Amino acid sequence: MGKSLPKALSSKSTFAWLLIAPAAAYLGMIVLWPLIETVRLSFTDANIGGESYVGTYNYEKLYHSSKFAKTIGRTFYWMFISVTLKLVLGLIGATLLNAKIPGRAAFRVLVMPPWIIPIAIGCLGWLWLYNGQFGLLSGALQWLGVINGPFEFLAYKQSAFYSAIVTDVWVGTPMISIFFLAALQGVSTDLYEAAYVDGASRWYRFRRITLPQIFPVIISMALLSAIWTFNSFEIVWILTEGGPRNATTTLIIDTYKTAIASFKFGPGAARAVVIVVLLSLFAIAYMAVLKKLEKRFGSK
Amino acid sequence: MMNRYSLLEKIGLYIVIAIFLTFVLLPFFEMFMTSLKPLNHLRSAPYKFWDDSFSFEAYRHMWVTVPKLGRYIFNSVFIAGAVTLLAMIFIIPAAYAFARFEFRGKATTLSLFLAVNMFAGAVLLIPLYRVLRILHLLNTYYAMIIPGAAFLVPMGIWLLKSYLEKIPKELEEAAYVDGASKFYTLRRVMLPLAGPGLMVVGVSVFIGAYAQQYLFAITFNQNSDYMPLPAGVFEFIGYQSVVWNEMMAASLVGVLPVMLIFLFMQRFLIAGLTAGAIKE
Repeated sequence: MGKSLPKALSSKSTFAWLLIAPAAAYLGMIVLWPLIETVRLSFTDANIGGESYVGTYNYEKLYHSSKFAKTIGRTFYWMFISVTLKLVLGLIGATLLNAKIPGRAAFRVLVMPPWIIPIAIGCLGWLWLYNGQFGLLSGALQWLGVINGPFEFLAYKQSAFYSAIVTDVWVGTPMISIFFLAALQGVSTDLYEAAYVDGASRWYRFRRITLPQIFPVIISMALLSAIWTFNSFEIVWILTEGGPRNATTTLIIDTYKTAIASFKFGPGAARAVVIVVLLSLFAIAYMAVLKKLEKRFGSK
Repeated sequence: MMNRYSLLEKIGLYIVIAIFLTFVLLPFFEMFMTSLKPLNHLRSAPYKFWDDSFSFEAYRHMWVTVPKLGRYIFNSVFIAGAVTLLAMIFIIPAAYAFARFEFRGKATTLSLFLAVNMFAGAVLLIPLYRVLRILHLLNTYYAMIIPGAAFLVPMGIWLLKSYLEKIPKELEEAAYVDGASKFYTLRRVMLPLAGPGLMVVGVSVFIGAYAQQYLFAITFNQNSDYMPLPAGVFEFIGYQSVVWNEMMAASLVGVLPVMLIFLFMQRFLIAGLTAGAIKE
């Protein structure tokens, strides 16, 4: 690779570092430094009044809190359900977007809006949809005779949680569909033609050609989507602010409530650190499992 | 032909597409319907799909209820545009370095960049707030632009890097043989060839910046002159009542400009993403 380039270029890394330096400095200032500061704050009782060192007190409190343990469990559950749905729907969406049928261009245009509009604006639509008195969903269900009276989707623990998931899936699916579509279009048509000549059914072709070919994209998309979903803030905040009775409080909501809404910077920072540690562990475990699978099955 | 569908398959496809689109477009339909209902009819049960009192009055009156609405719509686009510009300044050189040079610590550096994806803005809000306060940037456009761009840089580098790797090295080598400098090659050979890739990355960054301005806006900015639409639209929530119909109307009108641009650009976006093939 690049051996024919002038030696001065391929061996000297100075130029490369020079090109990376601005981005590195910028991220150092906006991400790394605040991260270090968050770790430091997590060992204090910082609030608007001031701060003093409290050792591991904030962490001990979290460790002994059954409420916090529940929040962790809820966040992973939220992530798992939502990402699974997004990936499955994204794959279905991409396949549909890729089908050579009349109206394809219009269909491609019409799936984009949830991705390109501000998340907060989309949530307003869902807020109204979930309204029991005046919302379309409750209205339609009553009209169909499924329910007798108005149903407030966001007022009950279970329904609020799954309603928030539906909205999160709604926001995330279009982007995943478009990225999967791009991957689908990158698959060589020769493979399909060869399989077709051999008499392979459409489902067989999808399973044995399409899926393995776009597998790398699915893998990286799944990890990215998992991280984003774990940290998803706006949707829950606008729909329920974490309620009712904490049913939709994920770690990020809990952190925001503690740090920003109640000005408990120290305890809030400790929660933020827990998020970062959990996500890092998750990412490492995810990649370790992938490597194992790769070794066992020898696919790429 | 293998891509030909039987009639039955076609009908099936269209049914699934219709279901898919219903899910995607339902909130917009609901927002539109809500925007047409007069406020006093809005809260009337039972739910009515159609009402004789439907009117476009909300689309006229919303500019009166929230006088700065036009400004909010502009701010949204302006902030997203500025974020995109700023992010691209960092993305382009870094992506080029990762795509074209071998150097020690390359893999590690790239993973560190990508690890930034793990720190959503909400995790780092407290120290970010303090940094911005120290720099006297709170309640300015910068308070939303500077942190906004940071979280989009890693993804942009990753996307552009995979695109640049697809451009044949021979073209650059030819330039070097002719005695061109490294910067000249980057500017005059690589950038024009990378045009479609740059556009895809720019569009993705813009979408990210446009879609996710709410959190930084409500946390770092109190000045209504700089407020973007997702934060400003909540001004329809008054002390006494919520002007829901106008809020919905404002939301729909507010996103219209960006929506229209993207609907025209979706073909380039998909083509560019395919060319970059986002593998790995």
